[in-house]
Amino acid sequence: MKFGIVVSEGPYTHQASDSAYNFVKAALATGHEVSRVFFYHDGVNVGTRLSIPPQDDRQIQAQWTALAKEHGLDLVICIAAAQRRGLLDKNEADRQGKDANNIADGFRISGLGQLIEMGIQADRTITFGD
Amino acid sequence: MSIVKKFLYVNRKAPYGTIYAQEALEVVLIGAAFDQDVSMAFLDDGVFQLTKGQDTKEAGLKNFSPTFRALGDYEVTKLYVEQESLDERGLTLDDLQDIQWEDEDDDYAEKPSIIVVSRAGMADVMADQDVILSF
Repeated sequence: MKFGIVVSEGPYTHQASDSAYNFVKAALATGHEVSRVFFYHDGVNVGTRLSIPPQDDRQIQAQWTALAKEHGLDLVICIAAAQRRGLLDKNEADRQGKDANNIADGFRISGLGQLIEMGIQADRTITFGD
Repeated sequence: MSIVKKFLYVNRKAPYGTIYAQEALEVVLIGAAFDQDVSMAFLDDGVFQLTKGQDTKEAGLKNFSPTFRALGDYEVTKLYVEQESLDERGLTLDDLQDIQWEDEDDDYAEKPSIIVVSRAGMADVMADQDVILSF
C-alpha cells in the first residue's frame, strides 16, 4: 500500500505529528510505502530546526529528519502556510529579503499542488490533525 | 495527469477564530488546477462558512466568504451541506449565500451549488470518495 500523509497540527501543542510519525514508522516497517508527508496549517512548525525541546522529551523535528534520511522520505512543508508562520528555506529568505532561514534537514518547502498530487498518486491519504 | 479521483474537502469549523477554513479554501483553489472530481462538505460549525452577510471589519480579519461564490469558475460545483448541522444551529438554507455555477453543457444555465443532505446522506457522500481532506 502506498500512503500519503497529512500533518495539520503543530508539534508539542498537539499529538498529531507524533501519531503521524508512529504511523509512518510502522507502515515502513511492515513493507508499505509512504510517498510523501505533507505539513499544513501549524503542522509546518515541525520543520523548524530552531526548536529546542527539553532533553528529556521527544525530539520531534530530529525524529522526522532521521526517519527521512533512513528511508528517503519526502517531507514537504506548504509554502503558503510556512510564510505566514515564519518558516523559510534559504532560497525563500533570499527572495523575500529576510535575514535568516530555519528549515531543518530532510524537509523541503513547496506548494499546495504537492498535496493534491500526493492524493492522486497515493492509494490512501491519511490526515493527522484535530 | 490523466488519473481523475474524487476529492472531498470536509469543512467542520467556523470561518473565523481559527485558520482552518481559510487555508482549506486555499487548497481547494490550488487543487482546481489538477482537473479532479471535486466536492466540498460542510458540517458541524463548518456550515457557518457559507452564511451570507459576513462582516469581519470590526474583528480585523479578512472576509473570504465571497470566494465561495467564485468556486463555480474553478469547476467546484458540489457543496454538500448537512441538514442536521444547520438545524442544530438554528440555520436554514435562506441563511446561506446563494452560490451558483454555470452549466456549459446546458446553455450556461445557472444552477445551485449547495446540496443539502441528511447526516446519513453525508455518510454516503463520504463513502463514495477516493480522497478526503478534513479541515
